[in-house]
Amino acid sequence: MHTKLNRRSLLASSAALGAAAMLPGRTLAADNLTVGFIYVGPKDDFGYNQAHAEGAAAVKAMAGVTVIEEENVPETVDVQSTMESMIQFDGASLLFPTSFGYFDPHILEVAPKYPDVRFQHAAGLWSADKHPMTVGSYFGYIGMGQFLNGITAGHATKTKKIGFVAAKPIPQVLLNINSFLLGARQVDPEITCQVIFTGEWSLAVKEAEATNALADQGCDVITCHVDGPKVVMETAAARGSYVCGYHANQSPLAPEMYLTGAEWNWADVYTGMVKTVMEGGTIDNFVRGGIADGFVKMSPLGPAVSDAARAQFEATKAEIMKGGYSVIKGPLKDNSGNVIAAEGQAFAEDDIALESMDYLVEGVIGSTS
Amino acid sequence: MSDVTASRTVFPAALSIWVPRLEAVIIPIGALVVGLGLFAVFLLFLGRSPVDFFALVYKAGFGTGFSWKNTLSRVAPLLFAGLCVALPARLGLVVIGGEGAIALGGLAAAVMGVWSGALPGAIGLILMAAAAMVIGGAWIGAIGFLRIKRGVNETIASLLMAYIAIALMNHLVEGAFRDPASLNKPSTAPLPDSLRVGDMPIGIEVHWGLGIGVLCCFLCWILLDRTTIGFAARVAGGNIRAAQVQSLPVGKLVIGFTALGGSMAGLAGYFEVTATHGAANASLVVGYGYTGILVAFLARHNPIAIIPVAVLLAGFEASSGLIQRRMDLPDATILVMQGIVFVVLLLSETLYGRLRIFRPDLWGGKA
Repeated sequence: MHTKLNRRSLLASSAALGAAAMLPGRTLAADNLTVGFIYVGPKDDFGYNQAHAEGAAAVKAMAGVTVIEEENVPETVDVQSTMESMIQFDGASLLFPTSFGYFDPHILEVAPKYPDVRFQHAAGLWSADKHPMTVGSYFGYIGMGQFLNGITAGHATKTKKIGFVAAKPIPQVLLNINSFLLGARQVDPEITCQVIFTGEWSLAVKEAEATNALADQGCDVITCHVDGPKVVMETAAARGSYVCGYHANQSPLAPEMYLTGAEWNWADVYTGMVKTVMEGGTIDNFVRGGIADGFVKMSPLGPAVSDAARAQFEATKAEIMKGGYSVIKGPLKDNSGNVIAAEGQAFAEDDIALESMDYLVEGVIGSTS
Repeated sequence: MSDVTASRTVFPAALSIWVPRLEAVIIPIGALVVGLGLFAVFLLFLGRSPVDFFALVYKAGFGTGFSWKNTLSRVAPLLFAGLCVALPARLGLVVIGGEGAIALGGLAAAVMGVWSGALPGAIGLILMAAAAMVIGGAWIGAIGFLRIKRGVNETIASLLMAYIAIALMNHLVEGAFRDPASLNKPSTAPLPDSLRVGDMPIGIEVHWGLGIGVLCCFLCWILLDRTTIGFAARVAGGNIRAAQVQSLPVGKLVIGFTALGGSMAGLAGYFEVTATHGAANASLVVGYGYTGILVAFLARHNPIAIIPVAVLLAGFEASSGLIQRRMDLPDATILVMQGIVFVVLLLSETLYGRLRIFRPDLWGGKA
């Protein structure tokens, strides 16, 4: 601060202050921004919510930003109230409601009432012709993270059987299962992947049962797509299976057995978005990216990863970082023999067709219904 | 005896009628105060100020216009879920599985909405409500049936059947009734605008579930306290043998009241679907049925008392967010508070009839 305080600048600034005071609180947020994060589960769940909370922690460290957080907010009228409460009581002008189900109808209900507030939702649901411009979607392609997980799994497995504990047979989950198996088959095309669906995003008892069932069947590398992978990681490691992480870094839960993991890199994404707002810019309404774009990162490789595995992992990752890599590519059949992709056909990471995936590829043992 | 009482009497005799009735009000309120006091001690152990805590609860739950909106918008499902516990409770049955009837009632409403999409809105809405009430009523009514015909413990049966109901709801939402467009959050097809219930014209954004819920509480109170059916139910609840000796239709009463309770829970699901979500999906299962147990017990199974109790608990839940953000307490704090209050309340049940202060003879009446 090298500005001298003279009468003119004092007058000018007090006039500006007075004018600013007359505006509603939210609009002068430029150098004191309040950002609200809302999670559907506990923010220390070693999973989906923790990944977002780690992003929030990075934002908290930025100067001039106040971060407010609320966890365990159900996808009901609760989240509408939480958003409004953050705006009304805390003066939040940028919100990150992070659960998929917060969007429709909840964000769509609240956003029109607060045109000065920006709502950033973690999914790919925003579309320009239907939704307000103050709402934005951001989204990561994490399937290739599971593909890289699969490469380490393919090297680690001795039984040639790997396992996947999945929540629900929805497109995003199916893509992760398929990617994990296809990664492993980069190492050995004989490998199969047994999948068990628990039916819920967070159901610790069934996750433990499913993990034990996979271990009983001889799966010696296990990963998952549930909200909180903690139970799967600990159960699998206790049964002597290697584990690949998901959502966040779970290596502290199974230091010896953890190979690597597909993690969201929300810290970079969130600090970037908050910076844009603080500089007076506008966040794009539709932002998405994968490993190459810094939306997704891999956990550091664990001690059980062999040199051969490390070499193939690093080489494939380098390929992915160049951009344009495809995991779902021909020749490829689903596990009931239907052709998914012919020889030479490839689906890019952001191909819209992948967003309605309803199949498990050949080599995955399990059914989507 | 009479001169002993007379010597004690310092109040007009009219009080002797009202004071014993106050017992049913003062003991639960006392339990609430003691429970909150114990919770304050808990907060002190955590190094937080109970004064700040209760000030925040007041501010976020009841302090501003927005707080009231936040609170009242949570009340409707608690009213219906509370009735699902309170109605069977008058027969001495502890039914704790309202959550299942909410899930299935909501699903039934959504499915009926999809089928009746071409009908005029008013008819469609009535059909949806009817579907929710029939399914919810059948689900909890079946628990009454098992109780009467097979002697199955209704508490355990209702709890276990809630899990079955939730699994069934998820299965159907992800299978037979799934809207193919709902990719990452399996749901039934979205309801058209004509089948969405709007807000009540009272100047606060609160949907009609609140008004209908309050109405249902009054109707249930009339049924229980002002009709012979309600009287028969209370007799059966007091002493089932005596009711049978009086040749009261105990079986029909049990099945009827459990079914009515279930249909109330079904309405909770109905309003969640038609007013809040616009479709049935896993968001129907968020614990309203379990909070309803607390509501009903705090209200001592009196349908009218359910109304203020539901508002109070909704206010607590509305404040949960601000407490997390301002006091850096975990989300479970409000649950701890509710749990402590509930335990104290159950303990306070033993006080009825034991506190001399409520004896009519002390207040000029006959003992």
